[in-house]
Amino acid sequence: MYTFSSKLKTLSLALMIIGLLGVGYGFLSAPASVDEVKVLLQESHNAHGEVAAAADHGTAESGDAAQSEDAHAEHVYHLLKNKPWSALYVALFFFFMISLGTLAFYAIQHVSQAGWSVVLFRVMEGITAYLPVGGVMLFVFFVLSATQNHLFTWMDPEVVANDVLIQNKAGYLNVPFFLGRAAIYILGWVLYRNYARKLTLAQDASTDLSNYRKLFKSSAAFLVFFLVTESMMSWDWIMSLDPHWFSTLFGWYVFSSLIVSAITTIALVSIYLKGKGYLEFVNNSHLHDLAKFMFGFSIFWAYLWFSQFMLIWYANIPEEVTYFVTRFNDYKVPFLGMVVLNFVFPLLILMNSDFKRVPWFIVTAGIIVLIGHYIDIFVMIMPATVGDQWFFGISEISSVLLVLGIFIYVVFNAMTKAPLLAKGSPFIKESEHFHY
Amino acid sequence: MSNKVVQAMYNDDDILMDAVKEVRAANYHIEEVYTPFPVHGLDKAMGLKGTRIAITAFMYGCVGLVFSVWMMNYMMIEQWPQDIGGKPSFTFIQNMPAFVPIMFEMTVFFAAHLMVITFYMRSRLWPFKEAENPDPRTTDDMFVMEVIVDGNEDELIAFLEKTGTVEIKVTEKH
Repeated sequence: MYTFSSKLKTLSLALMIIGLLGVGYGFLSAPASVDEVKVLLQESHNAHGEVAAAADHGTAESGDAAQSEDAHAEHVYHLLKNKPWSALYVALFFFFMISLGTLAFYAIQHVSQAGWSVVLFRVMEGITAYLPVGGVMLFVFFVLSATQNHLFTWMDPEVVANDVLIQNKAGYLNVPFFLGRAAIYILGWVLYRNYARKLTLAQDASTDLSNYRKLFKSSAAFLVFFLVTESMMSWDWIMSLDPHWFSTLFGWYVFSSLIVSAITTIALVSIYLKGKGYLEFVNNSHLHDLAKFMFGFSIFWAYLWFSQFMLIWYANIPEEVTYFVTRFNDYKVPFLGMVVLNFVFPLLILMNSDFKRVPWFIVTAGIIVLIGHYIDIFVMIMPATVGDQWFFGISEISSVLLVLGIFIYVVFNAMTKAPLLAKGSPFIKESEHFHY
Repeated sequence: MSNKVVQAMYNDDDILMDAVKEVRAANYHIEEVYTPFPVHGLDKAMGLKGTRIAITAFMYGCVGLVFSVWMMNYMMIEQWPQDIGGKPSFTFIQNMPAFVPIMFEMTVFFAAHLMVITFYMRSRLWPFKEAENPDPRTTDDMFVMEVIVDGNEDELIAFLEKTGTVEIKVTEKH
């Protein structure tokens, strides 16, 4: 049995407290009025020096320009108001998606009747324990979005009244239906997670395979449900931030990010637990397989990232390219930098077969992959909500720390609830002797 | 030095694997093992050095990538720029996204083909080459282990008979 070390517990609580303070500071320091933004803008103009100021004054002669400056200040005000919310949303979604991806990977292992991964089941179940917690937090966030912030512009009746495109989508994009769908997704995922957990625990104690059969069937059913809901979730939760824009492979794109982050997290948690002496039955062949998945899905992610980009770039349809135009204009460094972190780096570092068995290599690659996929989510969400007003500030960092603290606490706390070896699985011997 | 070898036949890959381990443990030198299909783990049991083909594959892939960059630049930018779908063809970097599929395919093409050719050359295989396997049954259901005789023929045969072999033959190796 795993015991949650007090060191780790202190760390997670410290992360939560620091994160909470930072998030609170982020909300309080957001500008309270348009006038404040005007002062801010004036200050930044002054800071940029004489040339910029001269250019500004050159155009600001007429009354039109003054009016547009007011409109600009108001626009910036809304973007800055969104910033702490968006930062929190990116972090909430990122850790939720790790948990969700782990659940999908876990179900795939059951359905494919894989032998090698059985020794990692309890690690995966620990990570998916975050699913109900994260799900509730996300749902609360969505409820608040409908009233407290402007992340989802289509939730604002004023915006919809002036926008024919959103009006045409109102049958799908409306607040009650949105929240209802979110509830169905989250409930469905959590339901399967708890059912599967109950069955594997029961299987440990039982003498026949009836629990295992139920597990197989429910996992297969879950995967069908997941495939549909994951796609819809990506439209609802991320793509609808840009309500005019659409991409038909967006669900897959989000899925690739989700599964590679999930497998990376499984590998990192396994290496951590093994380092503490708990997973003596996990050998370097298991780690090798996880690293292979990290490598493979990193390439899969790059493939989808590029497919989405190239088709839109080539077709060059205005309503589609706006998505990439904003990213190239305002987010060039994170947008292209994440391709290096998520593709080039894992490709080169994890290509060698021997490196995939060395824990510190996997940890290094894993941390970089996770940072890269955080940036991926950041670049999916931020351009629509804060536009060119983004930066990695206190809000962003402390949101990650806050949710990371909760994640660590929930995951490792769940790990103490059951033995770390799912000894009842019919494939346990194969998994223990897995050797390549 | 004589080229005499003992050929021990086996009819099961598990028995063969055990025999290989026993023979190596007894310090006899295994010249070669012929099997009708790849036996998992046999290379490790025989103590063969790890293959370096992965390294060559990486290098060939790099060659393919560089070649495709040069090729697309020459064809589409320098030699005969074409306006396809209004895409800029003035510089390589502007038109690069359209070339990525070609760059990818060329990388795979070079890596795959050159790797196969390398493998054939290293294995000394070429068209119309006469088969080297000592017994035609090794293409069907038999496994043959060749052990070099080093002036210890009787002792070796006695040893091999205990390893589950179904047939033993002593022959000159060409």
